[in-house]
This record gives sequence, C-alpha cells and structure tokens, in this order.
Amino acid sequence: MNIWDKTHECMSRDELEQLQLERLQAIINRVYKNVTHYRKIFNDSGIISEDIRSLSDLTRLPFTTKEDLRVNYPYGMFAVPLREVVRIHSSSGTTSKPIVMGYTKNDIKIWSNLAARFMTAAGVTHDDVVQITFRYGLFTGAFGVHYGAEAIGASVIPMGTGNTDKQIMIMQDYKTTVLVSTCSYAIALADRIEQLGIDPKSLSLKVGLFGGEPWSEKMRDEIESRLSLSATDNYGISEVIGPGVAGECSCKKGLHIYEDAFIPEIIDPETEKVLPEGSEGELVLTTLTREAFPMIRYRTGDITRIDYAPCECGRTLARMKKITRRSDDMLIIRGVNVFPSQIEDALFSVAQGETPYQLVVERKGAMDNLEVVVEVTDKIFSLELQKQRSFLEAIKKRIASVTGIHVDARLVESKSLLRQNGKISRVLDKRQI
Amino acid sequence: MLKIKNINTFYGQAQALKNVSLHLTEGEIVTLIGANGAGKTTLLNSLSGVVPPRSGEIFFNNIRINNLAVHQIVRMGISQVPEGRQVFKPISVEDNLELGAYLKHKMLGGGDEVKRNKEMVYDLFPILRERRKQLAGTLSGGEQQMLAIGRSFMARPKLMLLDEPSMGLAPMVTQEIFRVIENLSKEKKTTVLLVEQNARAALKMANRGYVLENGRLILEGTAGELLENKDVQRAYLGKDKKEIWER
Repeated sequence: MNIWDKTHECMSRDELEQLQLERLQAIINRVYKNVTHYRKIFNDSGIISEDIRSLSDLTRLPFTTKEDLRVNYPYGMFAVPLREVVRIHSSSGTTSKPIVMGYTKNDIKIWSNLAARFMTAAGVTHDDVVQITFRYGLFTGAFGVHYGAEAIGASVIPMGTGNTDKQIMIMQDYKTTVLVSTCSYAIALADRIEQLGIDPKSLSLKVGLFGGEPWSEKMRDEIESRLSLSATDNYGISEVIGPGVAGECSCKKGLHIYEDAFIPEIIDPETEKVLPEGSEGELVLTTLTREAFPMIRYRTGDITRIDYAPCECGRTLARMKKITRRSDDMLIIRGVNVFPSQIEDALFSVAQGETPYQLVVERKGAMDNLEVVVEVTDKIFSLELQKQRSFLEAIKKRIASVTGIHVDARLVESKSLLRQNGKISRVLDKRQI
Repeated sequence: MLKIKNINTFYGQAQALKNVSLHLTEGEIVTLIGANGAGKTTLLNSLSGVVPPRSGEIFFNNIRINNLAVHQIVRMGISQVPEGRQVFKPISVEDNLELGAYLKHKMLGGGDEVKRNKEMVYDLFPILRERRKQLAGTLSGGEQQMLAIGRSFMARPKLMLLDEPSMGLAPMVTQEIFRVIENLSKEKKTTVLLVEQNARAALKMANRGYVLENGRLILEGTAGELLENKDVQRAYLGKDKKEIWER
C-alpha cells in the first residue's frame, strides 16, 4: 500500500494537533490582517487572534456560509491581491450569481499534492493512464484530479464530459487504467460498453475514482463487477479547494480527511452546536494551508460522521463516512450542484412573476434528469401554442445558462400539482441512492 | 522534539511574542523569518530561558522546560549562539571553547570528552586550530562567528539556536558558516533553529520555516512553499519592491 505523503498522512495525533494549532493560529492572523469580512466579524464578536489557544477554541469563531460568499462577491473573500492569484474557479451559489474562488501558485501546488494523496491511496502510480471525464472549466473537479495525476507522474487524458462512444474508443485504444468520473457516468459507460458488445475484461481498467455526487455501496458493487476495476470515493468542495479534501484508501472504510490541511467539525445543522465525536451531522471545514482563499469554519451542507479510530492502511487521519445527504436543499444533478432557488429565480424572470411549479428529479437509466413542471396560469394560458413552446424553450435556456445543466420543462393543467396544506413542495426527488 | 504552545513574552509592559506556537522535529533545520523587531531573537531567548515567557508552554522531548533556569536548559541539550557572537574577547580561542563545555565538564568530571569535542570543532573550523592560542578579540568577524558556533557546539547540544550567524560577514565567509551549519545538521545530527536576515539563503538550507510579524506567527510551511509565497518574496526576498513603493 503506497502512501503519497507519509509525514503528514501518518503523524501521531499529538504531532498532528500541534501542527494544526500552529497553522490555525497563523491563518487566523492572516485572515484578520487581509480579509475585511473576517476582520469585521472577529471585531463584532469581540474575538482577538490571541483567544485561539487550542483547537477547541475554534468553536468560538463564527461560521462562514454560502451567504457570506455571496455578499462578498466576487473578490471580497480573497486574502491576497488579485495579481498574486494565478487561477479563478467558481461554483454555484444559491442565486444566479456564482461563488468565486482564487488560487495562488502555492495553492495549486498544495492542491496537486492533496489530490495525489487519494489517488495514490486508491492505487494510482506513475505507470497509469488516467482518463478524466469531468468537465474542465470553472468547476474544480477535473483540474484537481488532473494535477494530482501529474504530480504522481501518471499519463493524463483530459477528455472532459460527454461523447460516450469516443470515451470508450479512447479507453480501449489508449489502454486507460484509471477512470475518473461521476459514479452515474461510470454506470452509463458500463451500459454502453455492454451495448457495444465489448468485454470489460478486455479493457485495461484497474482503478475508478468517483466523486462529485453521492453514491452507494450497491453502486460500488455494480461498477466494480461491470467495469472490473476497484472503485473508490473521494470528497472535495470547491469553496475550500476542490477534490483533495478526503479520499478512501484501499480498505474502503471511510474517506481519510487530510487534517493537516483542513480541520473538520461536525455540527447540528439546526442548533449549530458542535456534536460529540462519532455523531452524524453537517461537516464544517477550516482550511489551514490556503493562501488566496482561506475559509474559517465553512458550512459545507454535507451530512456525514467522523471516525477517529486508526485505519488498517497505516494512515492516522480520521475518516468520514460517504456523503449521502445534504443539510440544505442543494441538488446534485449529474455531478453539478444546483440550488432550487437558482432555478426559481430563472423561471420567475422568464415568466415575469411568480408562477406555481415543481422540480422533479429522476434517475433515467444511470443519469439524473431534472424536469421543471410549470402549471398553466391565466397569463400563460392566454399564450398561443407557439408562444407556449418558446416560453418553455426560454425557461430551459435561462436555467442552462445559470446552472450549467440542461433540464426538461413541461406545462401542466392549472391546479394539477399536488398540494399539501395549499403548498406545492418545490422539489420532488424520486432518485433512490 | 521541541514543542511550543501559545507563548507570550514581554519586555516590561511591551509584549514581544503573542501566542506563538511552533515545533521542531528531530534532525530538522527550521528557519524563522521576520522583519527587525518581529520577535525572532525574543523567541530564541524564550526558548533558552534568557527571557522566560510570561505564559504558555515549551516542551523539549516531552519535558516542560519553560520554568527551568538557563543552565538547566543548556544541560538538557539546548545551546544558543547569540546575535553578535558575544565571544569572550580578552581570553584565548581555546579557553572560549572550554568555557562552552563548562557544564559538560562539571557533569562528566572528565576532560576526555571535552578534548574530543574540541578536536571536532577544530575539524569543523580548521582556522580556529591555527588561532587557538590567540585572544578571541583579535579574530576577524567571521572567525569570531565560527568560535561562537564552536563554543556552543562544545556542550554537544541536541538543539542549536542560531541567531543571525551571517550578520556583518562577507559573502564568502557567510557561505562557509552556512556550510558548517548544514554539516552540523547532517553529519552531527543536531537539530537547528535558525534566525537569519538572509532569508533566501536560510530557506535554501532549511526544511521548514515560520514567518513572524509583530510578534505573531502568520505562516508555517516547507522552505519551498515559503520561497514561493508572495508575501515572503515581497517582504524578505526583495522581489516586487517597485510595486510596493508605487502603492
């Protein structure tokens, strides 16, 4: 079993906590100095950096939420001047405006090494050929894994999304050994491979790295047998860095959190109180090494639990349970994060006012599908058929431009959506994960 | 091997160190970077007990040392090479070295080890052997620095605290001093905490570093990361100076 960074992945708890404390104190001094938002909230709550004398003092600081990032759009949360930023990524916010993240040269280097950790843990070496089917662009997913593979010295095929037949041709001809994708796309690939009559054992696949969306043990079994590879999960969140926050080792009993770079906490999403060790709750992360975009107690919205017991693989880092739920209403559609509020904004702006609707999420085959069901109202009803069609097209277009995903849209009769206490539930998620 | 937690050190009313936490692993060279008055020397003095911290904890090999007297700390294996060398000028080079072994000599009661250590110092700095009968005050600045390092090495410390060893020295001599520091770390297995104005040279030699600003630590990282950090480059490596002036 290979370990990419033995020094940091196998530290004793005592050494780790000392390092965490030093880095925490340093980053708090830095954000206080460089980020207006943090200086203000520290001042408002009467906290000075000297109050942070142990890791448990972290709980005295306020949380950072998506709302804070929205208010400080675009560059307000950066801790370095823009000219020191070498990369800008962005992820979905709760409204039509996205969230903007920056990286310095060092941040990219640190990110590469964090991604290399979970890749090495999954069995990737410099002899591997890594096919990345995440979308390159503003999303962090593809780049993080790309850098990790390069740090390890593997050969990277930066495919990007879509074009399944070409993906399979390249997988065969280039002898891909590592598949990087969302879990649902791996199943779509397996379906197509079966359709084409290709024996999965004739492929060179060895390891699958799946992230970006929740997936179950049942899906792991299915992918492992259908693509004949070892499937591992990894976790990342763009607001703190991207892929490279945590990853499974070959034991597949939880995702090791890279605690020398991030301090994890588990809170009750309602009361916001820190929960005792081993409880299930919302994951909160504090970055310890980020230069451009440090986050203090960022609420991820992901529900998990943390196990501090040592792992057979030799890593001393705590492990978190696979993520299967969110504490908020964020939907993950084909690996893309979408907030119902974003869609509502888009819909209402096209409809020029409020209109009854429901979002229906289904898994068709392996892929997620999001449908916007809109009730006909007097205003919409009065439109001619032609106009109704262009109205639906406009909705789809608007939503695609805001969220980056394609949705279906459909009109239904007035008052036909199911109402409970006079209210339509905004989201109907029929997927079972 | 060394672990510092939340130390606060004062000179009278003035607080020089604010909640500083830092660690050293055995065999490492770690450098402290910071502007004048940032608290670098104070940190070394807090460690060696010269200016004990008012609060916080210092553990050396898991033993708490921040309430011990200076001589007890030296006996545990921590030696300091003070800023500005501070050799005993009116006595000979050899006597200076033997004074460095004063505690060792007293403890072991024998001269053999002292003699062996002296030979080791002469091997590190052959020029000191040549000048061993000379009065320390007649040595050049570089030679005095060598003597100061040699004197501190006579106690065979596990951890050496070096304060500005290149101060006021010609580049050639500085190189020689740095070569010996590396040798002390690699060959003699001494752990080194180095305070240096010449941040670039120090980071090239060190494994890790910390950046101090107004008595607070603002950055910890590998030497490579610090060399790439723009704040460090601007403030301590002399890059991007122009843009700073323009602001």
